[in-house]
Formats: sequence, structure tokens, C-alpha cells
Amino acid sequence: MHLLEGEQVTKHFGGLAAVADVDFYVDEGEILGLIGPNGAGKTTLFNLISAALSPTHGKISYKGREITGLAPHQICRLGIARTFQTVKIFPHVPVVRNVMVGSLFGTGRRTSEGEALKKAEAALDFVDLTPLRDVPAGDLTLANQKRLEVARALATDPHLLLLDELMAGLTHTEITEAMGDIGQIRGRGITVIMIEHVMHAIMGTCDRIIVLDHGRKIAEGTPAEIAVNQQVIECYLGQDTSGDEEDAGS
Amino acid sequence: MRTTTFTRTRIVSLVVLAAIFVVLALLPTFYHGYWITEITDILRYAVLTVGWVIFSGPTGYMSLATAAFFGLGFYIAAVFNGPLPFVLVIIISGAIAFIVAMLVGALTLRLRGVYFAIFTFALVLLVNSVVLEVERLVTGTRGRFVEQESTNVAYWAMLIVFAFTLVCAVAIRRSRYGLALQSIGEYEEAAAHSGINVVRTKVLIFATSAFFMGMAGAIIATRRSYIDPGIAFNMNTSFLPVLMAMFGGMGNLVGPVVGAAVFTYLGDYLLSHIPDLFMLIFGVVLILAILFMPNGIIGLAQQAWRKIRGGGGKQLESEPEGGRRAPAGR
Ligand SMILES: Nc1ncnc2c1ncn2[C@@H]1O[C@H](COP(=O)(O)OP(=O)(O)OP(=O)(O)O)[C@@H](O)[C@H]1O
Ligand SMILES: [Mg+2]
Repeated sequence: MHLLEGEQVTKHFGGLAAVADVDFYVDEGEILGLIGPNGAGKTTLFNLISAALSPTHGKISYKGREITGLAPHQICRLGIARTFQTVKIFPHVPVVRNVMVGSLFGTGRRTSEGEALKKAEAALDFVDLTPLRDVPAGDLTLANQKRLEVARALATDPHLLLLDELMAGLTHTEITEAMGDIGQIRGRGITVIMIEHVMHAIMGTCDRIIVLDHGRKIAEGTPAEIAVNQQVIECYLGQDTSGDEEDAGS
Repeated sequence: MRTTTFTRTRIVSLVVLAAIFVVLALLPTFYHGYWITEITDILRYAVLTVGWVIFSGPTGYMSLATAAFFGLGFYIAAVFNGPLPFVLVIIISGAIAFIVAMLVGALTLRLRGVYFAIFTFALVLLVNSVVLEVERLVTGTRGRFVEQESTNVAYWAMLIVFAFTLVCAVAIRRSRYGLALQSIGEYEEAAAHSGINVVRTKVLIFATSAFFMGMAGAIIATRRSYIDPGIAFNMNTSFLPVLMAMFGGMGNLVGPVVGAAVFTYLGDYLLSHIPDLFMLIFGVVLILAILFMPNGIIGLAQQAWRKIRGGGGKQLESEPEGGRRAPAGR
């Protein structure tokens, strides 16, 4: 049984098929990469998994149980946490309490406030934000806001973590650190699906990669296979030296 | 939620608060006059404003339904006061307002922004006309007489309801609901994806705030001998708490109370002295307040206090060092 599995997952926006008949799965302990050109439907797929959107048709199962039709907070409490391509933090709330939202409400267990605080502090420590714990989250730099989102997601005790362009807008050094973080997250037994345009990061981190284009899955395989896949090179990899453009620091 | 640190200022403010309540509670035993009625009115608006702020403050959902819940309490008191004891009538009023708010909230709290405000506004008109029709068709009356309570009984009742409202408001702020409401207000989507049941939280707190409004309505009704739906569901009851909260500031709960006190007194004063210019002056004061006191009168006071004390107070001048910093350049 796969940890997460989607069958013919489809999402239409009016006439546009943002995600079309995509079959996918991720296994426990894996790091799965999701790549494809802008507008390919990557974020939409995350939105379908996390129940921000409901699929037009198709079905998504988690640990063998169908989860389509659940609410976002239920998905989170089941153990699927996510970050956002455009950061979504609570700007006037202190950093540590941003993370506490996750540990207090998102674990799926009744958590005392003391316990939630401890868990939030541990998550902050993991992303190296402890010195900024009492600062309003809106005052953080973009890179730190992204770390904050990771901490908030980790504080919900996820089994599966969805990272949407964690590295966009980061500098080279920060990207290297983020790659290390993702490895450590997997080391804690958390399965990861990551959307990324930074090619060397994707290639260096993932066990397996799925390529989307115009809502369809056009390829799937190990990084080595994807790197030489003719169709992928034509519609995505060949178009630019993408990663190196995307990661110019902000 | 925050660890309760019993600092000296905290103890002092608790003692001051308790002293104010004792003085207010004893007031009718040695004073009989205009101020009993005036303070009842101030407390009424304080209850409505604090009640409104409990939900709308942190979430930013602008509810204009206050008059509906207040009016329901008002009407329930008209029907049941006398046959049932006053205390029970107050509680029933709150409970029915709570239940109606649950139903309405479940329908409307999926709406955002201005749609929510408009819907809650329409709710007042809807409840108003339902009551009107029920009266016409079922009882064949228009308006009804109310079993009155004495000035002092209404005063004490309102004081107790106010204290109760304030305690609940503080408790909610400090509980996990406080953080949930604030995160809903700041980024609802992120709140939902971090595990907050946003619909349930919103409906529950919306209904809780209606509970206090219903109780206030029941008490105020017994100050009149005769009421009709037009009096019970007066739209000003929806607008005034919003204005009072803005005027006072919503950063803490002192703001709404001060806003309610100042505006109620100002309104009553203007209405009795220069009724023709009442609305005009009221409006101008409000516009000035919104323009020049974005954080309300309490925000202004805090700013002044910081200036007097010198230094920037708690404001952070810059982001302290921390997080990982990439070396400049690549
Ligand atoms: N809520 C929405 N309503 C309508 N159209 C949408 C919505 N969300 C996404 N789309 C459209 O669906 C398509 C896929 O968008 P999506 O955000 O999933 O792409 P993406 O692969 O994440 O791209 P990027 O790399 O730019 O983030 C796009 O054409 C987008 O305009
Ligand atoms: Mg995207």
C-alpha cells in the first residue's frame, strides 16, 4: 500500500484542465519531486491533496483511506502538512505562536498548551529561527518566512510534507541549506513531496520525479531517467537553464 | 494562553478593576438619580461592543447582526418577563440568541468580506419582518406591553451581565480560541491548513458573542412599558458597537469599553441638548477619530504614554540577529 495515492485526479477551472487524469503515488520514506513548466498544474495538485480544492473527478487515498471530500483541517490532522508557494503566515502574530498554531491544532490529538509550546520551540530550533521567536512574523525576511512555514508544518507532526517551491527566491547558500534540511526531515521518517524549479536541488534530493505539463503527467522516473527523457527536455528542461535563473537571491 | 505572570502592574489593574465594580455595585444604595439610568445605558453598549469585538475583533468579519440578537432578547423579555422570573428570562434570551446565531453562522460564515457584512445586515431585517408577521398572523397584535423591572434591578442585572461578558472575553482571548481566531483573521487559509476547524471556530464564537447581546436586549426591554419590532430591531444597535469599538480601539478590551462609555455619554448628551445637530456632530467626531486615531483612543493614550515615559517602549527598532544569513553576493 502506498502512503498517498491518486487515481485519475482531475481539476477543471472552467474550460481549463489544470490537472488532467493524473495517477500518482508516494511511498513511505520517499522524497518525490514534482516538476514542470509554469502553469503545469503542480500547485493545483497540492491544493487537491490538501483539500484547498476538491477534484472535478478522481480519487485520492492516504494510508489506504479515501480522503477526497475532507476539509483542510482534517487533512492536516491526518498527517499531511504543507507550505505555500506564496507564503501564508500570520503576520502580526509572534513567530513562536505562528508555529504553535500548528502544534496546538494540527496534530490530530488533544495537545496541552505547554506541550504545544515545547513542540513549537523544537520546530523553530530545527529551522534556526529561535533567536527571532518573539518577532511578529510579518517582520521576517522572505527566506525566514519560508522557514517559518516549514516549522509550522513540522509542528503538526506530519507523516507527509508537501513543499511548494521552498527554494524559489533563495540564494545559493540558502538552497544548499534547504537541501540539507529536506534530507533531515526525511531522516525523521517524514515523507516529502516537493515542487521545485531549481533543477540541481531536485536532482540532488529526490528519489523519484513526476513531470507535469499542461495538467498531464508526461514522465516519471529517477532523476537520472528524467534528465535524459526526450519529452521532458523538449517541454521543460531544454527551455532554459531554469534552476539557475530562478534561484537568483532576492 | 500566555503564562500568567503576576507582575505588579497586573495586580494593580486587577485591584482597580475590582474596586470599580464594587463601587458600581454599591452605587444605587447611596445614590438615586440620573446616573443610574445613564450607566445602565453605557453598560448596555459596553456589553454589545465587547460582545461584538469578541468575534469581529480578531477575525475581521464585520458582523452587523447585533441588532438581530439584541432584538431577539428584547422580544423574548416582552413575552416571558412576568410569567417567568427575570433571571431566567435573561438566560433564555441569551440562549435563543446563541442558537439563532449558530444557525445563521453555519449559513453565512462561509461568506467573506463585504458579503458577510451585507448578509448579517439583511438578517436584522429578516428577523424583524418574521417577528412582525408572526405577530400579525398568530397573535394579531402589533407590539406588546412589557413587565417592567425597577431602575435598580435593571442596573444590577446589566452590571452582572457586563462583568460576565468581560470575563468571558478575556478568557476567550487567552484560550486556544484566541489564537485560533487571530490566525483566522490574519490568514484564514493558512489557519485551516494548519489544523484549525475554521467553520466550527467561527460559528461557535459568533454564537457566543450573540449570547451576550441577547442578554443585554432582555434587560433593556424591561425598562420600557411598550415595545414593537421597530424598537427592538433598531439598526443603530448594529452600527453603534462597530463605531464604538473603532473609536475605542480593539487592541485590548479596555478600548471597546471606553469607546462605548464615551460614545454613549456623548450621544445622550447631544441628543438631549442639541437634537438637531446630534447626528452631524456624532458623524464628524467619528470621522476625525477614524482618521487620526487608527488604533482608537486607547492606542492614542498608549502612544502618548510612551512619549511621556521617553523611549520607544516595546516597539522593536529592527529585526534582531537570527536565522541564517547568506553571505552577501553569491
Ligand atoms: N483557483 C484557480 N482558478 C482558476 N484557475 C486556476 C486556479 N488555480 C490555478 N489555476 C490555473 O491552473 C493552471 C495551473 O496552475 P498551477 O498554479 O497549478 O501551476 P503551477 O504548475 O504551480 O505553476 P507555477 O510553476 O507557475 O507555480 C494555470 O493555468 C492557472 O492559471
Ligand atoms: Mg505553483
